Amino acid sequence: MEWETVIGLEIHVQLSTKSKMFSRASTQFGATPNTQACAVDIALPGVLPVANKGAVERAIRFGLAVGGTINQRSVFARKNYFYPDLPKGYQISQFELPIVQGGAVTIRDGKKTIRLTRAHLEEDAGKSLHEDFHGMSGIDLNRAGTPLLEIVSEPDMRSSEEAVAYARAMYDLVVKEIEICDGNMQEGSFRCDANVSVRRPGASLGTRREIKNLNSFRFLQQAIDFEVKWQIGTLEDGGTIHQATVLFNPDTGETRAMRSKEDAHDYRYFPDPDLLPLEVSKQWIEQIRKSMPESLRGQQQKFKDFRLPDYQAHQLTANRETATFALSTFTGAPAAEVPMLANWIVGPVKARLNEENLDYSRSRVSPEQLRKLIGRVVDGTVSEKSAIEVFDAMWKGEKDPDTIIEKRGLNQISDSGALEAIVDQVIAANPKSVEEYRSGKDKAFNALVGQAMKATRGKGNPAQINEILRKKLAG
Amino acid sequence: MSLSLEEVKRIAHLARIEISEAEALQTQGQLNDIFRLIESMRAVDTEGIAPMSHAQDLMLRLREDAVTESDQHRLFQSVAPQVEGGLYLVPKVIE
Amino acid sequence: MINAGLKELSAALATKRISSVELTGLFLDRIGKLNGELNAFITVDPDKSLSLAADADARIARGDRAPLTGIPVAHKDIFCTKGWLTTCGSRMLANFTSPYSAHVIERFGAAGAVILGKTNMDEFAMGSSTETSFYGPVRNPWDRAFVPGGSSGGSACAVAARLAPAATATDTGGSIRQPAALTGITGLKPTYGVVSRHGMVAFASSLDQGGPMGRSAEDAAMLLNVMAGFDERDSTSLEREAEDYTRDLDRPWEGAGAGKPLQGLRIGIPKEHFGEGLSSDVAQAIDAALAQFEKIGAKRVQISLPNSGLSVPAYYVIAPAEASSNLSRFDGVRYGYRAPEYGDLLDMYCKTRSQGFGAEVKRRILIGTYVLSHGYYDAYYLKAQRIRRLIAQDFVAAFKRCDVVMGPTSPTVAFRIGAMASDPVQMYLNDIYTIPANLAGLPAMSIPCGFGDNELPVGLHIVGNYFSEARMLALAHQYQRATDWHMRVPAGA
Repeated sequence: MEWETVIGLEIHVQLSTKSKMFSRASTQFGATPNTQACAVDIALPGVLPVANKGAVERAIRFGLAVGGTINQRSVFARKNYFYPDLPKGYQISQFELPIVQGGAVTIRDGKKTIRLTRAHLEEDAGKSLHEDFHGMSGIDLNRAGTPLLEIVSEPDMRSSEEAVAYARAMYDLVVKEIEICDGNMQEGSFRCDANVSVRRPGASLGTRREIKNLNSFRFLQQAIDFEVKWQIGTLEDGGTIHQATVLFNPDTGETRAMRSKEDAHDYRYFPDPDLLPLEVSKQWIEQIRKSMPESLRGQQQKFKDFRLPDYQAHQLTANRETATFALSTFTGAPAAEVPMLANWIVGPVKARLNEENLDYSRSRVSPEQLRKLIGRVVDGTVSEKSAIEVFDAMWKGEKDPDTIIEKRGLNQISDSGALEAIVDQVIAANPKSVEEYRSGKDKAFNALVGQAMKATRGKGNPAQINEILRKKLAG
Repeated sequence: MSLSLEEVKRIAHLARIEISEAEALQTQGQLNDIFRLIESMRAVDTEGIAPMSHAQDLMLRLREDAVTESDQHRLFQSVAPQVEGGLYLVPKVIE
Repeated sequence: MINAGLKELSAALATKRISSVELTGLFLDRIGKLNGELNAFITVDPDKSLSLAADADARIARGDRAPLTGIPVAHKDIFCTKGWLTTCGSRMLANFTSPYSAHVIERFGAAGAVILGKTNMDEFAMGSSTETSFYGPVRNPWDRAFVPGGSSGGSACAVAARLAPAATATDTGGSIRQPAALTGITGLKPTYGVVSRHGMVAFASSLDQGGPMGRSAEDAAMLLNVMAGFDERDSTSLEREAEDYTRDLDRPWEGAGAGKPLQGLRIGIPKEHFGEGLSSDVAQAIDAALAQFEKIGAKRVQISLPNSGLSVPAYYVIAPAEASSNLSRFDGVRYGYRAPEYGDLLDMYCKTRSQGFGAEVKRRILIGTYVLSHGYYDAYYLKAQRIRRLIAQDFVAAFKRCDVVMGPTSPTVAFRIGAMASDPVQMYLNDIYTIPANLAGLPAMSIPCGFGDNELPVGLHIVGNYFSEARMLALAHQYQRATDWHMRVPAGA
């Protein structure tokens, strides 16, 4: 008989602010214990929280990026429980009214959508170091108060592979696309909790167990795989699954329920009376939306309009810098020129960037310059071959293509009279090639074109030369 | 509304306050007196009245993201019950 | 000198009739003589105080003085004071030398005032008699067998007995006003948000406010000028233009004449506050006080605060709920008391908190924990917050018909030490007149207006509209110009 796996993930993302969620101490990782824990972080009597605008701004960016609703009014609530790494005896979080509601991300190249329930702001706890201090644990509060965005998904995943794909997609989003997190998983910047249950297909949801604190994609996969096997095994043996919080042991690859805390779920949430409701204006949200770099996915969508071959579209949207450069170049260019522009972007531009180990955002030739240059090729002012010379000059710092063309006398010879004269000369000087062409060898034609181009020192308009040569040879 | 002895003990545990059997009994009596006082409030009709948490209907002030706190751990730890190597020591935390 | 008001003291210091060192020494002597029996102070440090006084003298000498420069002020032991023991009247903080100072303490420091000492209080501000302090009860200077009220009993006693010319205090359900009433001095709780709570150890965050205690409304105004003001470290602190709370003291009410300085003032008298439960001696003194107000031009207006009776139950849900959470940080880990013997972590927590906290605090933590717990939040906490809005709305309606609301501060005069020990609920009911202003966040004050049974002081309660402190102080000042209750000094003091 079959079993269906149901997985939801809660991802804790440390936001990349300089200071903490409610205090002005530094969030930098790796400091000597308790040197970045100020009075507010160690919860001295009488201290109070003051909210960090940078953290709120990053939460809003996230909400916009996943297409969620930004709750213009959200409330900070206290989650009460006792633990040595929780100095106040409560965590300031958001409960009934989080800042972001809904949203979604896709996995499997857009084929499956994972819905989000919500995302909310909260503060991180400190760290318990269990190294033996004569049988005691040591508490470091440097991390206490670091801003977290907790992202809760709907239980839409059906396998550990999907869970990992979702986690990776979320990672790419928050780290690379909208840059609200530094993505250092070893330092705990991105942590996953997995809610796992199994059921017979068509049955209602089974009891879930929560695997806490998975900080690598490999552990995420292993933990879920073990847990699923364990749950199925338990149920097939006639046992029942009890709701539990579970830890994964990377050494053994097994999950194990934590010591039961019966009262662990009575957090006595209530709105924090030291803080007022968080209100974000429509204007602020708009401001953030405008300042956000267009998402990579949004950019990729735009490439479909340009009808480039798939492999090239893929190349041009490998990352945001490339996509931005390409889109800037294409915008305002006549549609017919786009293919040539695309070739130049992955050709000469890429070559120069590689030489100097730069990405497209640091290209020494701007999209505007490139567009202008290609325009001159297409309108016959300069041959594609000469255009390379112009490009090199621009790369070295010269600005305007027209000025360069003028200065170096690179104007293409498009005067039909001059070209006819040259072609006549070439035909006269190469009777063998003419003979071979007339007897059917097309290659000979190219040789004649080559000779004509040589005679013009590369400045002849190739298309015109072609046309004139064909006419003369025909007649 | 009146609390059972079991509930008194459960709440004491939630609040991390140790309470002997005798204390629990006495506390139960006192708490129930107080709850009798509170009960009168529950009978009042508050349909349509929004809860009020602050007098002024204001929004939260946000501060710029800047680090202004420096390391004062020596000062702060001078009042700590048990510190070693800059860490606060507590009985071992078992998960 | 010890009976002089702050303006007089300030002038004396300015003209060098007396130095701050001398003045501070005067009060330190009195404390030395009388604190043993009164127990108003938990901590006195003459060396530190005199050193601050010397600094003040130097400042005055170079012409850099503010109105309170050189004036010794006593501070309720709930205000964190850097380098001083800050105990909140609790064993939990009996060893806590604060590493930082509260905003209020910093403001007094900037003004050049002298820290005279830390005053006794009900443990963590929970109480109305200053009998729950770990350091023993404070005695009423009018009769040492009686309580001074609470939770700011130490500050009130210090001012009443002339151990200090002025003091700071805090008020969550009446803790400034009620002890002021019971000891015959003036105390004011400002509009919520006017005085920063940074460094003021939290009891109930949405209700707590710091405020002044002094011999007169004029003194209270001068103290409020130092205490009030925006502080970015407190998210509930209000960003407003700075006010001079003494500005209206000599202004007649809305263009009244010199003979009737309060002409035009409408005093709202809530019928609910004059019913059963109000002791007749207090009722008499209040009535006489109101008659006095009428003599100087005011008019009485009958009003109703229909939800008044719900204020005590609502308060005893909200305050303990917030307190239960605020006091979770006292766990023996980073500062304060830690049980000398314990087993595992859970045991350490439980023993530390049972031994560190007194009975009243533990009771309130348990109530608070219960009303927030799973399944009860809506029925209790949320319900109480709705009733809170009803109470605030009552005042909004009342202030359409009157300028201030007046009545008794406390239903009785001071009671005997120990008389209410076995009946916490009875004690809670004594807060019935003061609590509504905390729930609504309105400014309120108490001024002495006579004596009742056993020749103990009676206080008149005044509630004003939001941000009307200056006007309230002004009308109180006019009353104090026409009467002399506030000048009375207890015998033996």
